[in-house]
Amino acid sequence: MEITVSVNGTGYSRVVEPRLLLIHFLRDELGLTGSHWGCDTSNCGACVVWLDETPVKSCTVLAAMADGHRVLTVEGLERDGELDPIQQAFAECHGLQCGFCTPGMMLTSRWLLDHCPDPSPAQIREALSGQICRCTGYENIVRSVRWAAEHEAAARRDDDDDSQDVPE
Amino acid sequence: MCPSDSQLSAAASRRRAEPARVTATAPEPPGGAYGPVRRKEDARFVRGKGTFIDDIQLPGMLHGAVLRSPLAHARIVSIDTAAASAHPMVEAVITGDTLAGRGLAWMPTLSQDVQAVLATDKVRFQGQEVAFVVAQDRYSARDALELINVDYEPLPVVVDATRALDPQAPVIRDDLPGRTDNHIFDWEAGDAAATDAVFASADVVVTGDMLYPRSHPAPLETCGAVARMDKTTGKLTVWSTTQAPHAHRTLYALVAGLPEHKIRIISPDIGGGFGNKVPIYPGYICAIVGSMVTGRPVKWVEDRSENLMSTSFARDYHMHGEIAATRDGRILGLRARVLADHGAFNGAAQPTKFPAGFFHIFTGSYDLRAAHCEVTGVYTNKAPGGVAYSCSFRITEAVYLVERMVDLLAAELDLDPAELRMKNLLRPEQFPYTCPTGWEYDSGDYPRALRLAMEIAGYPELRREQAGKRERGEYMGIGVSFFTEGVGAGPRKHMDILGLGMADGADLRVHPTGKAVLGISCQTQGQGHETTFAQIVAAELGLSPDDIEVVHGDTDRTPFGLGTYGSRSTAVSGAAAAIAARKVRDRARIVASAMLEVSPSDLEWLNGRWQVRGDPEQARTIGEIAMAAHSGLELPEGVEGHIDASTVYNPPNLTYPFGAYICVTDVDAGTGEVRIRRFIAVDDCGVRINPMIVEGQVHGGLADGVGMALMQVIAFDAEGNCLGGSFMDYLLPTSVECPSWELGETVTPSPHHPIGAKGIGESATVGSPAAVVNSVLDALRPFGVRHADMPLTPANVWSAIQGRPLRTDLAIT
Repeated sequence: MEITVSVNGTGYSRVVEPRLLLIHFLRDELGLTGSHWGCDTSNCGACVVWLDETPVKSCTVLAAMADGHRVLTVEGLERDGELDPIQQAFAECHGLQCGFCTPGMMLTSRWLLDHCPDPSPAQIREALSGQICRCTGYENIVRSVRWAAEHEAAARRDDDDDSQDVPE
Repeated sequence: MCPSDSQLSAAASRRRAEPARVTATAPEPPGGAYGPVRRKEDARFVRGKGTFIDDIQLPGMLHGAVLRSPLAHARIVSIDTAAASAHPMVEAVITGDTLAGRGLAWMPTLSQDVQAVLATDKVRFQGQEVAFVVAQDRYSARDALELINVDYEPLPVVVDATRALDPQAPVIRDDLPGRTDNHIFDWEAGDAAATDAVFASADVVVTGDMLYPRSHPAPLETCGAVARMDKTTGKLTVWSTTQAPHAHRTLYALVAGLPEHKIRIISPDIGGGFGNKVPIYPGYICAIVGSMVTGRPVKWVEDRSENLMSTSFARDYHMHGEIAATRDGRILGLRARVLADHGAFNGAAQPTKFPAGFFHIFTGSYDLRAAHCEVTGVYTNKAPGGVAYSCSFRITEAVYLVERMVDLLAAELDLDPAELRMKNLLRPEQFPYTCPTGWEYDSGDYPRALRLAMEIAGYPELRREQAGKRERGEYMGIGVSFFTEGVGAGPRKHMDILGLGMADGADLRVHPTGKAVLGISCQTQGQGHETTFAQIVAAELGLSPDDIEVVHGDTDRTPFGLGTYGSRSTAVSGAAAAIAARKVRDRARIVASAMLEVSPSDLEWLNGRWQVRGDPEQARTIGEIAMAAHSGLELPEGVEGHIDASTVYNPPNLTYPFGAYICVTDVDAGTGEVRIRRFIAVDDCGVRINPMIVEGQVHGGLADGVGMALMQVIAFDAEGNCLGGSFMDYLLPTSVECPSWELGETVTPSPHHPIGAKGIGESATVGSPAAVVNSVLDALRPFGVRHADMPLTPANVWSAIQGRPLRTDLAIT
């Protein structure tokens, strides 16, 4: 069957098997290997991407289900050569070690910050509780999300200050 | 120097207010390059630009898949591959018979046993490799597995290690000549007679039986390989998830008869190892044979169930402990008898002379008079492995045993477990200390670490809170553990793996502009070697870590060494890197002397430069010297040019990191649910090169400890069906099961390591399970519960409260 999917803002049309999983479509058909496969049973979240506006585990979504939809992967977080604050945060706070779970963790965290700009550590832990990291013990992932929240808040304050400076 | 009590209290109160780091002594940062440098690796990982095994795509690459046994023990009557071979997308179907024709149906294990690559006679555990399909894509390869018809004749199964030596037990390894039972080895350490004498004279002897159940490292990336046999050049290149690329190369050469210089092993980015990626797995061999047969590159990546059911498990130690003491709590002696379940093939990865790994470093951190341990290894119809999962070659099991025994003794004597430990810890003046089984601990200040952990925890306050809660029928536990690890294997006269001495190389090339490339033999799986090792060299040469590229994980580009496991990277390769840098510095001194027209003896190394004594104006940096060494400068006699250097580091001893952990739990007696409220970890790993990375390693290990203590077990039913074959059944801790870790540190440098470092990779995994279990059992004391085995799931805790703790590793009615 032929599907058309917008991935990170670029449209792709491909003929695929109906059974093809979205994670394999992204990795094997499009060569976007930043999203990882980790468990088959939607427990680990290494494969999390956004389908339209929602994080999904792409090992349990068929590529066909993404037909006509938008997908955001880790490769789409960086804009115009500038890392998303959540990417900066994970590097700054040592929120990753082997890096295998990191793309999924960052995409869920990005969604959390978009919907809850000032999450508490408990809210962060709850939001990430469907994903597994085997290296960090989660502590520095929580700190990373807090770091991004605080830097985004500071950036918003700067923007507000700037807009107030604009003469009428 | 020890901090004063008021300093400790101040640190402790800060700690409770805001999770941070508490330091008892600050290390001296040599050269200014040590410190929480942000990782070089992260630039690629946060962009999704890492290269993990399944990210590798080669032109014309085929995909392999393994057919596995559904039965735990069965004779293979026949294998019919005709339908699979006829599948239009299939390029090859390989069976044990195909491999036998090449002499590859069996391969040696790291414990001098053999393991079937693809079964020829019998299958011996559920999930064992039976056939291998090579197809044009990964889905077709899996489709074709369904078309292979294997006729099995089921055999009786042994999954309970305690029954493996029964006379009527079926013999699993009838492939081994003369084998009539499931016995693998008997092994002992310590002085049995002296221990008997100590026990005979003791006021108190406490015994305990405990299981350290079968667990699995479960790195988030499973194991896999991409093999490319270039028939024109005769060169075999294997990208594989290996923690030990050089050792794998040599073993492939020995097993397959390939010339070693025609084998290149590349370990790309590794999505976590934890010991799971030390052995050679049948899938790797199959991918290699697949490439030989088809003439095209072949990729094989296992799925999660394959990873959990067939690759190297951990633990599975049935332990009986006895501890002898005086009535006032002076520990005198320790005994242990262990039944070790090694699965169907003895594939434990450890120094070959030590069949129970370093389990016999089992007297822990205590000053006792005598000790003796015996370990018996047996075969069962379970997956092979045993030494994996950040276990410091089984010191994890040893620490769990002694720390549980000390708690049982405390309960017997009605003493506080922290006080009992404090009373018996080795004292700083006893180091270097030779333990009753003959190992020389290099350095330590144990009481200081325990005091700091108790201060951070607010220990007396916690005990008061607990007493109040007990009166109200609330069950709060405070668990203490103290551990000593021996890491950095190891001195080559004592330690080898299949004859390969456990020394590691480093080579350091300094380019004319003063930028350097360090080649190391170990391999990062997330530990941040590209950063830490650059810091080691930078500190020695007065460079910035940014000026040093660390090359690892490619046997054609790095010096030989045994790889990364057993917390040996910093302890062995880190030492090699420092020594290579010091050799560079020595060569640079001679060149600098020519540049400055003075004698080398007139130069001193100061502030990252060779300087004429007393004259800071007359100095040269490594960068300036490197350019001169490559220039037309007339070099002194004996200097060949360039300042590159290489070395091989043969450690004189293990290093002995240690730590004190305290876990606070709340237990719901109605449901059996355990909540970890706080976890305090004070670690001493000697000098910390990058404290940010060290703390990250501790965090991860603590989560492992929580997982093993409360959730993780690979159990089996009576037919040998694996009950932990997916993440639906094998439960790993997530962000909500883990508390916010509270860390502290003391620094006792290793006296024999060139930079005083000891290694940290496994400390928390070794030390933390006992703290969690001690905490839960402390909570359950009012119910008279003496012991319950890991994992302390709600069902197990509830059953223990009812007086019926579960056998956690078996589902046999």
